Amino acid sequence: MIRSNRFTPYLLVAPLIALLLFIFAYPIYKLFDFSLKRVRGFDGENIGFANFEFLFKDPVFREAIVHNLQLLLAVVPLLLVSLIIAIALYERLRGWRFYRTLVFMPYILAVPIVGVVLKNMFQFNGPINETLRNIGLPTLAQDWLGDKNIALWTVLAMVVWRESAFGIILFLSRLLALNEELIEAAQLDGANWWQRTRYIVLPQMKGVIEFYSVIGLITMTASVFAYVYIVPGKGAPANGTMVLELYIYNWAFEKHQPGIGAAASVLLFVVAATLMFILFRVR
Amino acid sequence: MAQDTIRLSQQVEAGEGAPSQHRSWMTVFSLQAVLILAAVIALVPAYFMLISSLKTPENYNLDRIGFPAQIVFDSYAEVLLKHDFFLWMGNSAIISIGSVAVSTIIAALAAYAIARMVFRGREFLLAISTSLMAVPPVVMVVPLFVLFSQIDLLGTYQGVILIYAGLLTPFSVYLLVTFFRTIPTELLEAGLIDGASPIGLLWRIMLPLSGPPLVTLFIVNILYVWNDLLIALLFLPNERLRTLMVGVSVFQGRYLQNIPLSMAGMALASAPMLIVYILFQRYFIRGLVAGAVKG
Repeated sequence: MIRSNRFTPYLLVAPLIALLLFIFAYPIYKLFDFSLKRVRGFDGENIGFANFEFLFKDPVFREAIVHNLQLLLAVVPLLLVSLIIAIALYERLRGWRFYRTLVFMPYILAVPIVGVVLKNMFQFNGPINETLRNIGLPTLAQDWLGDKNIALWTVLAMVVWRESAFGIILFLSRLLALNEELIEAAQLDGANWWQRTRYIVLPQMKGVIEFYSVIGLITMTASVFAYVYIVPGKGAPANGTMVLELYIYNWAFEKHQPGIGAAASVLLFVVAATLMFILFRVR
Repeated sequence: MAQDTIRLSQQVEAGEGAPSQHRSWMTVFSLQAVLILAAVIALVPAYFMLISSLKTPENYNLDRIGFPAQIVFDSYAEVLLKHDFFLWMGNSAIISIGSVAVSTIIAALAAYAIARMVFRGREFLLAISTSLMAVPPVVMVVPLFVLFSQIDLLGTYQGVILIYAGLLTPFSVYLLVTFFRTIPTELLEAGLIDGASPIGLLWRIMLPLSGPPLVTLFIVNILYVWNDLLIALLFLPNERLRTLMVGVSVFQGRYLQNIPLSMAGMALASAPMLIVYILFQRYFIRGLVAGAVKG
C-alpha cells in the first residue's frame, strides 16, 4: 500500500463518486419517486400505487412480460450452438483460425445494422422465403415478421444468431485453457472423441456455462431494445414483439407518461438486481 | 473474475495441433461440416447485404438471391450524395472516443486509490460501483431524460458523453482495480524512493504497465457506445448530432421499398467497425473475452 496524504485517496475517488451519483444514484432515486406520481413535465402530484395498478391491468404490459419470458428460452439454443461450435473449433482442424474469424463476425456488426439486413431477408417476398420455395419447401415459407404468432420467434432466432458469436469465443477461450494432460491420459486409456468430450471436457466447462447462461438471461431481459425497435418496427405486428424495454420507451417518450414508464422501470430494475445477485452467487 | 477472464483471453491464441490426434474420419468429417455450416450461416447476411447493394432495384425484384446481373454502384452514389453517413460517423466517433476517455480517466484515478491506498469506505465503494454493472441502461433513461431537459443538457455532446461515461465506468473501475492489484509493490516502492508523487506513480509506473486492460477497456467500451441505439435516439434529438445508429434507423425507415439502396447504406455503415476488426482482430477477441464480465 502506498502511504500518502490522508486526503489524496478521497481526491482520487471524488470524480468517480460524483459521476456515479449523477448517472446512477440520482436517477434510481427519481425512478422510485416518479413511479408514485403522475408526472407532467418535470414533476407531478403523488398518486400512490396507481401507476403500478395500471401496469397490472394493462394487457399490453402483460404481453410484454410474457414476451420477455419467451425470449428467455433463447438461452438454450444460445448455449447449445455456442458449445457445439466452440468444441468443433477446439479440435483445431486445419484452418480453424479462419473459421474463428468468420463465426465471430456477427458480433462486430451493430444490432441496428444487422437488424435492417435481417429484416429485409425475412420479408414475405424476401430471399429466405424465395429460397424455401426454390428448394421445393413452399409450405415452410412464412410471414416471418408480419404474423403475430411468429414474429417474436424470428427475433429470437436473430438474437441467437448474433449473440452466440460471443458465446463461441468465450467457450473457446475456456477450452484452450484446459489442462490437456487429462485429455491425453483418457486417450491412452482408449476413450474415443465423444467420450473424451463428454466425460473430460464438458465437466470442466461447468463454471463458464453457468456464467454465460446468466449473461444470456440478462441480455434477453434487458438488452433487446434495438432488435425489436428496428426489425419488426417498434413492437409490430400488433404488439407481437412488445417487450419491457420498448414498453418503457413507449410510455415515457411516445405517450409522454413518464410515471408509468418509471413504474415499469422499477420492476425491471428489481428483476435485473435479482439476476445480478444470482450471477455473483454462481461465480 | 476479471483475472480469470484476462488469463482466458491470453489463451485464445493457442497454437495449431489438436489436443487429441486420434479421431476417426467420421468425427473429423462431422466437425468440419459443423464449422463450414457455422461459417456459412454467419456470413449469409453479409453476402445478402453486399450483392443486393450492387443490384438495380429491378434486378433485385427479379432475383433476390443470386449475383447481380450487372454490377452497379448507383445505390452507393445515392447514399453518399444524399445522406449524411459521414456526419453520423463523425458524431459517433466524437461521442465514443469522448465517453471512453472520460470514463477511463475517472476510473483510472479511482481504481488507483482503491487498489493501492487505504481509506475509509474503500471496499464499500468498490462493491457499490461493481454492482452497478447490473443496472440496465433503460432503467436510468426516464429520470435522466427529465433531468437533462431541466438542466439543458438534452441534445448536446457533453450530455450523452456523460451518460455513456457513467454507464461504462463501473466496468472500467472493476477491471482496472483487479489489474492494479497485480502490479508488484516493489516497483511502486522504487518509484516512491525516487521521489515520485502518488499521481506520478500512476502516470509513470502503473499506466505504462496496464496495456492489456486498457486495450480491453478501449475495445469493449468503444464497441458499446458506437453500437448503442437507445440513448443516442433519446438524448440527441437534433438532426445534426445524430449518431450512426440513429442515422441507420431513420434511413432504413425511409427506404423500405428500395432494398439495394438500403443495403448500400448498411454496407457503408458497417464498414468502419469491420475494417477495425480485420486489422486488430487479435485484440478484439482478447479484449472481448476479458470484458465478458460486463455482459
